Amino acid sequence: MSASPRIIVIGGGLAGLSAVIKIAEAGGTVDLFSIVPVKRSHSVCAQGGINAAKDLKGEGDTVYKHFDDTVYGGDFLADQAPVRDMTARAPAIIDLLDRMGVPFNRTHEGLLDFRRFGGTLYQRTAFAGATTGQQLLYALDEQVRRHESAGHVKKYEGWEFLSAVLDSNGVCRGICALDLRSMQTRTFPADAVIVCTGGIGAIFGKSTNSVVCTGSAQSALYQQGAVYANGEFIQVHPTCIPGDDKLRLMSESARGEGGRVWVPRDKNDKRIAKSIPEADRFYFLEEWYPKYGNLVPRDIATRAIHRVVYELGLGIDGQPMVYLDLTHIDRETLNRKLEGILEIYEKFVGDDPRDVPMKIFPGMHYTMGGLWVDFNQHTNIPGVFAAGEADFSIHGANRLGANSLLSCINGGFIAGPQALAYAKSLPAAPGDGGHAAEIQRQNEKNAALLANPGTENPFKLWRELGDTMTKHATIIRYNAGLAEADAKIVELLARYRNVNLSDKSQWANTSFAFARQLENMLHLARVIVQGARLRDESRGAHYKPDFPDRNDPQFLKTTMARYDATVIAPAFSYAEVDTTLIPPRPRKYDATA
Amino acid sequence: MATAPSTIHVEVLRQSTPDAAARTERFAIPYRPNMNITSLLGEIALNPVDVSGKATTPITYDSNCLEEICGSCAMLINGRARMACSTLVDALLKENPDQPIRLAPLSKFPVVRDLAVDRSVLFENLKAVKAWVPIDGTYDLGPGPRQFPQTQEARYPLSNCISCTICMEVCPQFNTATNFVGAATIAQARLFNMDPAGSVLKEDRLRALAGDGGIQECGFAQNCVEACPKQLPLAEAISATGREVLLQQLKDLFVR
Repeated sequence: MSASPRIIVIGGGLAGLSAVIKIAEAGGTVDLFSIVPVKRSHSVCAQGGINAAKDLKGEGDTVYKHFDDTVYGGDFLADQAPVRDMTARAPAIIDLLDRMGVPFNRTHEGLLDFRRFGGTLYQRTAFAGATTGQQLLYALDEQVRRHESAGHVKKYEGWEFLSAVLDSNGVCRGICALDLRSMQTRTFPADAVIVCTGGIGAIFGKSTNSVVCTGSAQSALYQQGAVYANGEFIQVHPTCIPGDDKLRLMSESARGEGGRVWVPRDKNDKRIAKSIPEADRFYFLEEWYPKYGNLVPRDIATRAIHRVVYELGLGIDGQPMVYLDLTHIDRETLNRKLEGILEIYEKFVGDDPRDVPMKIFPGMHYTMGGLWVDFNQHTNIPGVFAAGEADFSIHGANRLGANSLLSCINGGFIAGPQALAYAKSLPAAPGDGGHAAEIQRQNEKNAALLANPGTENPFKLWRELGDTMTKHATIIRYNAGLAEADAKIVELLARYRNVNLSDKSQWANTSFAFARQLENMLHLARVIVQGARLRDESRGAHYKPDFPDRNDPQFLKTTMARYDATVIAPAFSYAEVDTTLIPPRPRKYDATA
Repeated sequence: MATAPSTIHVEVLRQSTPDAAARTERFAIPYRPNMNITSLLGEIALNPVDVSGKATTPITYDSNCLEEICGSCAMLINGRARMACSTLVDALLKENPDQPIRLAPLSKFPVVRDLAVDRSVLFENLKAVKAWVPIDGTYDLGPGPRQFPQTQEARYPLSNCISCTICMEVCPQFNTATNFVGAATIAQARLFNMDPAGSVLKEDRLRALAGDGGIQECGFAQNCVEACPKQLPLAEAISATGREVLLQQLKDLFVR
């Protein structure tokens, strides 16, 4: 056993920082690796809020209802025990964040204010304006800075994870990472590693995710033997601002505060939005889902918008856009509760959403799938833990709004102490623990990439990957299209071998780092499209018109993808889902009772 | 309205290493509506060829969220410090229809490469002023103190600081002669002094801002307030904190 275990945390978003804080608080020391300064991590983009059933509005909300909403919202694909535990811990997590100084919105009595979010009938979402993720990330960043000042945390910002170092028994003994300035690759010893590397939006080209959300770390671990679970479950957020370079999120909190989604009833109606009378507006979510209205879960709202635009032909001016309207709400309320997101719209589109209805369309937002973990956040590689969006747990086939910040913090809070406990009882490594072999493998890969005499531009390959993934693997999926996407990825993998970096320098070479990420994106993309191809049913965010119903006997199963190096492709198996607490029932948000 | 140009001319001040000489490269990029500066830089990466047809390398720059909340992509655009993601090409072309768009790294921070600079000084400053609430622990200790909405509404704008360092870039006093910490750090000290529990460290923070490079270096040029992309109330934060630092110094003079 190690006297003083060394833990490495990869990724400094909410999950990673939460894990770091728990380890530092327990007296451990942590090396924290992040591509960007941790204060710039993607968690900063979360807007609407964080869920906890504190029932401060006297509605009779309970932890059990939060648990049930989450499992039902996820179409029963989530293992239930971890969801129960997370929802039970949620009120204490909110209290902790409050004590850390998060400027949550307040009631007149000085208590936390709550608003409603999608997939629930209760006001359960605590919020700090419309920049809740930013405020939460900063609070945890500040606590980590405090532990850093006390010498418990060493930050490696500007370093990218390349791979785990595995010993001859397949046990993790550290990581191999790339310094994004000096381009030096080296290994770092650790008794346990916690992977908190977030989302995979870049695989879809344009998404709501940040630039660093490539899934590269998860994919590298998958290629080293980690199981990647439920990869085919991709959340497409119903309300995004289409952009030239990315899809900017327009938070669900806009609807939580009363925003209404509509299109003109007549597709030839050319009047400006505000002059169209109520009778001529089609509030399709409210008509189709009278009980939940505009706050149906995201997969439901996204498909409804898709239907309105592509089946009914009612997109605004024939374009793939619908209105998200806040103009009936007074400016003072909008500024107090939603200012952050209204400013984003104003800055990037040029219209003031307090006066003019916003034009929005769905966009790739979140992966429910991720590295498979047990109930202690441990992957199948001994010593590798995962938490946050990078792991597959909690959200099943569809994530409810404002559950992600909660699941990140909860996952980190579990992973930190579990990794520490594991590390304390870890026997010494055989030999050098695999360090020499891993650094050699990575150096060879790097040298080959730099010297490659090919003709392909990695950024062009990426654009083609994004186009095919968005076309075939988002809102509506057909087996023929998924097969076409898989063939395209195989083609891109072949062309990747012919990649040529225009930049061969050894200092802050961003194309080199990107090319390494791209290869990993391609491998993970196959997990997504093949997993989707094999799942002949519709469940949560995974929708196949040819198989419109949920098929529990065959597919109430976790998809488990393992990398088969001999054929350079994923191999699939299926695992039972823990449904011991809430028996699966039909998921019907259009019911009125 | 003038017709849109077919080509956007861009000049980028480049530097391959921290010690290398800077040089300007010129690019001609096909126009599309609704582009921002980061999408221009993405186009160069897709086709890294300068205006004369000579092959070059993609430009190194910091970016992440592309929606002006992570604070990464601050740079000088037509000589003004601003965020590359929220600076729209159409607006720049409207301001200066006949001029190329000029991109350069922030001038007050060490260049890493091209448009990427090292801004870690800000994070070090945040340690110096203990910009955190010293909580007892992360176990369940119940809710924090009650706060009226007025307190939250005063703190929240300061908590929107994205650490972009534009306030430091534009400040005439932020230089090696003064060692001034800059507006962002003072605003964060103010944010935590206003927190009911965070104020337990108020005296430490005020003393940290009283020394070399402290708040007295501020010359009230107010460039920071003008340039802040998130409209933080920096002038108020500096004035209020300045008064408290003075009071603290007086108090320390008599007590110590």
